[in-house]
Amino acid sequence: MSLSADEVRLVADLARLELSDADVADMATQLSAIVDYINQLQRVNTDGVEPLAHALDLRDVFRDDVLGQSLSADAALANAPARKGDFYRVPPVFGE
Amino acid sequence: MTDLTATELLQKQAAGDLTAASITSAFLNRIRQYDPALRAFLHVEEAAALQHAEAIDAKRKAGQPLGKLAGLPIAVKDVLCTKGRRTTAGSKILQNFVPPYDAHVITRLKDADAILIGKTNMDEFAMGSSTENSAYQVTHNPWALDRTPGGSSGGSAAAVAASQTSLAIGTDTGGSIRQPAAFCGIVGMKPSYGRVSRFGLIAYGSSLDQIGPLAHDLRDAALLLEVIAGHDPRDSTCVNMPVPEYTKMLDQPIKPLTIGVPVEFLPSPSGSGAGGEGAGLDPEIETAIRAALNVYESLGATIKPISLPHSPYAIAVYYLVATAEASSNLARYDGVHFGQRAEKFAGLIDMVKKSRGAGFGTEVKRRIMLGTYALSSGYIDAYYLKALKVRRLIRQDFDRAFAECDVVIGPTAPTPAFKIGEKTADPLAMYLSDIYTISANLAGIPGISIPCGFTKAGLPIGLQILGAPFTEEKLLRVARMHERETDWHKRRPPLE
Amino acid sequence: MTTYRTIIGLEVHVQLLTKTKLFCGCSTTFGLPPNSATCPVCCGLPGTLPVMSRRAFQLALQAAVALNCSIASFTKWDRKNYYYPDLPKNYQISQYDLPFSSEGSLEIETSAGTRRIGIIRAHLEEDAGKMLHDEYAAASDSLVDLNRTGTPLLEIVSKPEIETPEEAKAYIEELRLLLRELGVSDCEMQEGSLRCDANINLHVPLRGIRFQSCDEPGAITRLESYATNAAFIATPIIEVKNLNTIRGVERALKYEAERQAKELQDNLDAGVWHIDGSRTSVFRDYQVSPITRRKSDGTLGPVSKATAGWDERTGRTEIQRRKEEASDYRYLPEPDLLPVTVDEATLQRVRAQLGELPAAQRVRLQAQYALTANDAGVLSRQGRAFVAYFEAVVKPCGDAKEACNWTLNDLLSTLNERKLDISACPLPPENLGELIREIKATGLNKQRAREVYGRMLDGLTAKEAIDKLGFKVVADEGQLLDLVRRAIAANPKAVADFKKGKVKAADAIKGFVMRETKGMAKTEVVQELLMRELQNTPG
Repeated sequence: MSLSADEVRLVADLARLELSDADVADMATQLSAIVDYINQLQRVNTDGVEPLAHALDLRDVFRDDVLGQSLSADAALANAPARKGDFYRVPPVFGE
Repeated sequence: MTDLTATELLQKQAAGDLTAASITSAFLNRIRQYDPALRAFLHVEEAAALQHAEAIDAKRKAGQPLGKLAGLPIAVKDVLCTKGRRTTAGSKILQNFVPPYDAHVITRLKDADAILIGKTNMDEFAMGSSTENSAYQVTHNPWALDRTPGGSSGGSAAAVAASQTSLAIGTDTGGSIRQPAAFCGIVGMKPSYGRVSRFGLIAYGSSLDQIGPLAHDLRDAALLLEVIAGHDPRDSTCVNMPVPEYTKMLDQPIKPLTIGVPVEFLPSPSGSGAGGEGAGLDPEIETAIRAALNVYESLGATIKPISLPHSPYAIAVYYLVATAEASSNLARYDGVHFGQRAEKFAGLIDMVKKSRGAGFGTEVKRRIMLGTYALSSGYIDAYYLKALKVRRLIRQDFDRAFAECDVVIGPTAPTPAFKIGEKTADPLAMYLSDIYTISANLAGIPGISIPCGFTKAGLPIGLQILGAPFTEEKLLRVARMHERETDWHKRRPPLE
Repeated sequence: MTTYRTIIGLEVHVQLLTKTKLFCGCSTTFGLPPNSATCPVCCGLPGTLPVMSRRAFQLALQAAVALNCSIASFTKWDRKNYYYPDLPKNYQISQYDLPFSSEGSLEIETSAGTRRIGIIRAHLEEDAGKMLHDEYAAASDSLVDLNRTGTPLLEIVSKPEIETPEEAKAYIEELRLLLRELGVSDCEMQEGSLRCDANINLHVPLRGIRFQSCDEPGAITRLESYATNAAFIATPIIEVKNLNTIRGVERALKYEAERQAKELQDNLDAGVWHIDGSRTSVFRDYQVSPITRRKSDGTLGPVSKATAGWDERTGRTEIQRRKEEASDYRYLPEPDLLPVTVDEATLQRVRAQLGELPAAQRVRLQAQYALTANDAGVLSRQGRAFVAYFEAVVKPCGDAKEACNWTLNDLLSTLNERKLDISACPLPPENLGELIREIKATGLNKQRAREVYGRMLDGLTAKEAIDKLGFKVVADEGQLLDLVRRAIAANPKAVADFKKGKVKAADAIKGFVMRETKGMAKTEVVQELLMRELQNTPG
């Protein structure tokens, strides 16, 4: 099984990754090889087997509705690449 | 002095022979001396560490109560958040990220009066087996500078092996503590999933990630685990279960002891029935593992061949589960709220794509792509959900094994430390070097790697011991039985 | 003329009334300064982990039980992956394949009677932050406030069983009443604690079939010529967003239904849309065929679902985008949260704590107090505390109809004027009941009774107020007869008019009696005496 360049671009769009044409070509080759390897899983009979998402059998873990310490706006925005006043600033969402 | 174990350094401080300041200076000197060649550290906290050490000495002088790690420098993988201190996860996208909070483990270390001496290099976002995927530098193996220290906690492992610190913290998602420990000839332990809080650990594969100790010997590893393990209400997956004093019972052997040896990890001596992935095992490693089994046999242990029939699928399962989780975990690095933002872009979506395209390294992008693909519509059943089902079968293999064995033993890695650059062109070959370690993460069980010999070329070999969930104490005691009979852990690399 | 059936499904998000966010201890208070109620967890900073609020889950559970939902014994959370700057993790923690509740219903009252609207599911998820866009300067940057990020939301998805904009309005109103009564949410639409999206399309019968329930104006008149073998056609579904007021919900859906009818006719006439009778899907008990259009490759394909925004100002829906393919959210189980289990004992406890819900209350009020459906509905809409007040008024006076009138008119106006909640009502219900009893016993007229009521608001009982005002109803027939006769004598013109058939003229004579008694004459007695005397008076 091999992934085409177009499929790679589609996945890159979903993952919001800019890839150069060379990256796309490399990625197609490498991902195809990995997917081929991974396809050995299809040999395993998993009829009636429940997916295991957590290795722990823990359930029902909650926190109480008690106010905690929030950050000041300055502390919250300290790592922001761009800010305006006490807001995060991003390129316009409209016009996309 | 820097060759001493943490336990010895604690004793010497208690006896008044050494101060925290002198210990810290000695390690800082060692870092200054050898790190230009090793490149184990991303940031060294010279001033802060010395200042902290002096404060600990003052505390001791004043007769105030001291924590379990008082005055001991410790190196921490740069994937744990440190308040007010840069934390990069080895990635360019976080090159200026300064967390406003401490990871739970960092808080535990501070409470134990340990001294944070620096943050260590790693594969970007812990994705790798050689520490070559760091955005900043390649770490070298102290035993052979042209070889990798393993990964992704290669910086922490190399720092301990090179006596730049006596203790270090690593993280293990598919073997990232155990494999570098094996490559660097030290002890490295991945605790059971849920034993140590992940709060503040920059996530790679959330259902697999676990934080653990790296040290010269088992007593030091047990001591460090004692400090970092335990309940934290900020991590829902961290169990509320008492933490045994691992150091207390360490020297008590487990008797009787039944050791399971999976044919998938170690071919049977007759050569029959084995095969599987065990066939890729380096003969020198196989010999060392058999020698270790002989040690246990001489101590009265029963060696039992067992099978973990689904372990050959562990890598395939891992590279779907871990990458699927990673594709989601790493979505937040978009240049919007924190992290690097591209300088030139046309609109929001382009800004995000360019920031991620430029901020992530090749391996990270590859895994995000794979995980995104595995979760995308049309593929999720065949890949991601299928992998979760096989994951359950892998767990069930272990449940069966631990019903009849105390521990499962085999090699940590199929080969000794490989050369820098040897596997970078072939991602799949790199992935296969995690063949023996990955199952433990999928099953959530604890595993430890201890030194068990050297190749003729002088490269360390690691023995892996796996146990049932939350049997860390038993694991440490079984490992200690071997350590008492051997002196591999006392060797230090010839760095000159 | 062909009529159509409007098919509406509502997706409602309500903020749960917790002090803190779903996964962290930040405040959920509305209107705080931007980015002042965030922490590393809700900002999605690297390394942070969510921990589920027990209170949020309990509130969600209460709501779902009240909505007659089946509660799953095992539920889990999933990540819904999509990129948007108001979602700092770029995934929303929500529920996908195992929501904690499903298959419920909500009973609503409409002018046509009671209807039960099915609920597909209700699930618990986190809210996103807020974006501020400068819509007039497209080139300028957007701003993000993360205060709202991580606020607990209950998403309630109805079945497409709502058939008129009026029903949609009733559904939201009923849901709001229920959730407010339970203390699950304050449902303030203008603060965004209740938000609504609507999926709407039309089912249009062909070949002379008519929907019996359908009484909408048929904008579609010329379908016969397009009829293929399809029996019913469905217009493409439009998801209307931005419904920020209850009136807006009704107006938007009314507008959108009419717009779709016109669009259907226009596009069929123009040959842009086609009816594909070869494809059908079953809806309830009939089969519908989709509308198709020619795609770029020349083949016919169904017209895809689209999103529209409601503009309250212009009163129009604006189509924003056609979704060419379903978004790929790449759901995966949230590894950082553990599943939650709900056992039978918990469910029983929740059920026992719900108390009387509005729908049951309306039925009881009608049965117990012989109220009309409308009165019961209006009372019930005021909330449980108000209904309890009403019932305490009925007790001493035994007149539910009057109790209903007094509480819904006078008392409600007082509360509204003084901006008081019923819990802070200055007038004890027993006193109001006593007033009604006095009115019945003495025949105090409405105007005087209102004066008494006014004094009672200052803390007097009905009797005290009546005494203080010096109101003494004159009901003595002898005394009143005398007055009536004097009134007749003093108003010859009115008497003459009355005799000529101007019945109204009697009011002037009655007025004389009332003035003489300062309004305290018992009206019924005066009326009776006056009629008798007028009969006896020669014309």
